[in-house]
Amino acid sequence: MEGYGETALAEAFNSLVEEVFASATQMSPEEFRLHWLGRKQGRLKLISDAWLKTAPAEARKSLGIKFNELKLKIETALSDDGESRIKTKGEPLDITLPGTRRTIGIEHPLVRTSREIVKIFQAMGYSVATGPEVETDYYNFESLNFPPNHPARDTQDTLVIADQEKKPLRERLLMRTHTSPVQIRTMELEKPPLRIVIPGKVYRNEAEDATHLARFQQVEGLCVDTNITFSDLKGTLDHAMKALFGADVKTRFFPSFFPFTEPSADMQISCIFCGGKGCRKCKHSGWIELLGCGMVDPSVFGFVGYDPKKVSGFAFGMGVERIAMMRYGVSAVGQFYSNDMRFLEQFA
Amino acid sequence: MNILTSWLREYLPAIPVDDKQLADDLTLRGIAVEGVFEKGSGHLYEMDITTNRVDAMNHYGIAREASAIYNLPLAPLDVTLPAATSAKPFPVRIEDPAKDLCGRFTVRVIRDVKIGASTGIVSEYFDLLDEKKIFNAVDASNFVLFGMGQPTHAFDLDKLEGGIVVRRARKGEKLKLLDGTERTLFDDDLVVADEKKALALAGVMGGWETMITPATKNILVEAAWFDPAAIRRSSRRHLLHTDASHRFERGADFNAAPIGNNLVCKLILEQGGGTLEGELIDIVIPEAQAKTANRPPIALAVSEVRRHLGTTLAPEGITPVIVEQYLTSLGCKLTSTGAESYSVTLPSWRLDLEREIDLIEEIARVYGYNQFANTLPTPGTVVALPNADKEETVRTRMLALGFSEAIASTFCSTANAAIFSTNPAVAMGNPLSEEAGILRPSLLPGMLATLAHNLNRDVTDLQLFEMGNIFFGSTRAVTEELSLVFGAAGAVPSSPLHSAKDVLFFELKGDVEDILSLFSGSVSFDTNVPAWLHPGRAARVLLDGKAIGCFGEVHPAEAQRRKLKQSVVLCEINLTALFAHALRQPVAKEPSRYQAVQRDFSFVFADTVDWSTITAAIGKLHIPTLTRITPQEIFRDAKGKAVPAGHYSILLRTVLQSNEATLTENELQHASNEIIAALANLGGRLRA
Repeated sequence: MEGYGETALAEAFNSLVEEVFASATQMSPEEFRLHWLGRKQGRLKLISDAWLKTAPAEARKSLGIKFNELKLKIETALSDDGESRIKTKGEPLDITLPGTRRTIGIEHPLVRTSREIVKIFQAMGYSVATGPEVETDYYNFESLNFPPNHPARDTQDTLVIADQEKKPLRERLLMRTHTSPVQIRTMELEKPPLRIVIPGKVYRNEAEDATHLARFQQVEGLCVDTNITFSDLKGTLDHAMKALFGADVKTRFFPSFFPFTEPSADMQISCIFCGGKGCRKCKHSGWIELLGCGMVDPSVFGFVGYDPKKVSGFAFGMGVERIAMMRYGVSAVGQFYSNDMRFLEQFA
Repeated sequence: MNILTSWLREYLPAIPVDDKQLADDLTLRGIAVEGVFEKGSGHLYEMDITTNRVDAMNHYGIAREASAIYNLPLAPLDVTLPAATSAKPFPVRIEDPAKDLCGRFTVRVIRDVKIGASTGIVSEYFDLLDEKKIFNAVDASNFVLFGMGQPTHAFDLDKLEGGIVVRRARKGEKLKLLDGTERTLFDDDLVVADEKKALALAGVMGGWETMITPATKNILVEAAWFDPAAIRRSSRRHLLHTDASHRFERGADFNAAPIGNNLVCKLILEQGGGTLEGELIDIVIPEAQAKTANRPPIALAVSEVRRHLGTTLAPEGITPVIVEQYLTSLGCKLTSTGAESYSVTLPSWRLDLEREIDLIEEIARVYGYNQFANTLPTPGTVVALPNADKEETVRTRMLALGFSEAIASTFCSTANAAIFSTNPAVAMGNPLSEEAGILRPSLLPGMLATLAHNLNRDVTDLQLFEMGNIFFGSTRAVTEELSLVFGAAGAVPSSPLHSAKDVLFFELKGDVEDILSLFSGSVSFDTNVPAWLHPGRAARVLLDGKAIGCFGEVHPAEAQRRKLKQSVVLCEINLTALFAHALRQPVAKEPSRYQAVQRDFSFVFADTVDWSTITAAIGKLHIPTLTRITPQEIFRDAKGKAVPAGHYSILLRTVLQSNEATLTENELQHASNEIIAALANLGGRLRA
């Protein structure tokens, strides 16, 4: 040893530790014990005699610590060695064989997506609200500012319950064409402020094909309070989209028309497949249309007894299938309803 | 609807951007350009105009939008006509019971027109738009429609008998239309007629008899404003959706009729020659005018604009200057009524503008939605739905038990509804198909179809569940209830307890018990099962004595009908009934510190002695240290050798344990003797 400096000490003891590990595998436990801990010729005794006793007073303390560490390593190696001998008795395994997977239940991708969306809004202070799938004309259309015979009703071909012709129009039963009736039902029961998120099934009278379904799932949201603004709507949806698709996603809004919102908007997100550069999925526009939204039309507030001079609000609705298709790369929307295990298994 | 940019630029030559940029600028302001295609010297836009913006379903309307976006003045349409020969005014009247349906009616006579093919700009634009050309006088009408949106119609004047009468149709009146079909009319259809007969279904389609032909010489040009609801009614009733009806039923421009009429006349004169006869006849119904062109002004406060729209990216926000500029270029007239407030007169072509909020939307639209900041409202307090916890608990457990989630159809066939539910089913009025004629009163048919679908595709190990609403009641009132169904199929190996063909049932029963154990209440089973279940291999589930579901093997006849080769087990649980029970709160007991002792008993019983009889007999002994009793092995011998026919042997395991002391050999022996005696009392024979 060349000196009692810190570096020199560390180097010397590190090489000793390596020696301990090497000898532990090469020697039998008894040889190992004698080699290191032998009372007369053991290495530890020799080290103690050669270094510890001759060291200058100021180096003795750190030398002592290192010495004890080494001793501990030797003792541990001795006891370990005994155990590892027991452990290695089993036959070696082909660890490249596949692991055995237990059967687990797979959440339906649409339910999973819907729940993820709902969770995002719950984290933003939205409570879940639900409502019936069989609705009256009043809740599905009239109270949402679709007057009888209005052309806007043409955009939502409706499945109706049998034998409704004799009832007054507003009482006629139908399969809800959107989750928006739950907005009305909730506002009728609750005073503002209100923040609700509404997941659910909706229905249209459409011939089903690769891109059209007669039933699908929506998640809708409603926020009503004093001083809720269009910029709040933008900020809320921008935040939600970033939570859903990642922080890089951008949103943009442009005017649209829905009878129950004014102003109304369509929202696009930057294409999640190409990052906005333009690809086949976004028809080379860099943007994907995702949802409809807008500020709650004052006449809707009129139907539920809210004062549009005091409160304002926004609403939005999105199709779960479309978002699930984008997230999981599903090419045909019909697959979601095939209930085919070969499809569902992929979502385990 | 298609738009030619070259035509658009004729109306607004100063548009400062190229066609691509113009398309983007329009789209971002709600005048959606869906496709841009090179056409001629410019582009063709494929437009998708929302139903409320009938004013933008033509070239001039879109030019008006562009004028607002780029703050450019839009020149009015040039309607100067050559001088007309003087004549007596052409007789036109709107009958009284039709005045609510026709608000304005204009006619003009042109004589000595030469009918022929369109030439010049009409021909060129029609080719670019891929529109079919007919004759110059007909094309003129369509050209004006595409140009500025007013539907017009040209009649062969010489086929008219007397003057024009606008009236309600007579019930049962017949009219042959331009499409060659003869329609039977109703008394709330509106017709343009002469003194003798109906000539056209007003606002929808012209008539066959008075149409322009190559032989036509004299023409009557008509342009009108019709009540939107009336046109919509006729259009829907007769299943005739035309360019004209599309515009009228959405609310046309009340003031456009005379302009449109003049423009058509001008074109016909240019294309086919002839002379104008007399002045334009223009009948205005004041009530209709008051509801459209002369609507009272509405109040607008800039503070309200800010309250609804919020924060802009630009620090100055929405200013009065911006408000004035945008609304004026869209055709509004603003009069200041105070500090940052206005009285706004609405343009006749924007019937969709009725309220302050509509003007606020216009301002937001032209300003550009993306020029607003992204802000967040303060968050609210989150409240959970009453059953959210229970739904979540059941769903999570189903997944944990290895059941995958299905979503089956909400509808089913009448036959399936009858088989799987005793609830009165609700029929659809316009079902998607015969198989979907009924709102499902049970989730079972859907689950059975799902299992069959997979089995038919050689996916044989199946565990699936669905949570969803079932529907019952009547067409007057429908009840919706949340329900749970789960089903399984597959080849499961036998166990010491169950033969291979029975395992599936007992696994399903275990899952049923598992789900019910999540709730408080005591669970029992009986054999009172519906007919779709196998009568001997199924059970009804009761919670605190009330039936809440049933499960078991599908009845062999039912399975055969569905061509199911494998045995399938199903369970349906009424979640509404289940959720009436509270979620079970686990109660912990301290594990005993003393040793547990296991004692096994092997008995042979007659088949009539079932497991519940055995446990009841042992239960009656009230042995306080008996902590568990389970069946370990059950054996039947088909040949009747090892175990006699009609009997089975069972290995019964008991666990005895005290919380106070280690059990002595004496105590254990005493308990064993008691148990053996009780079982022997049931006719059981202890095996050596």
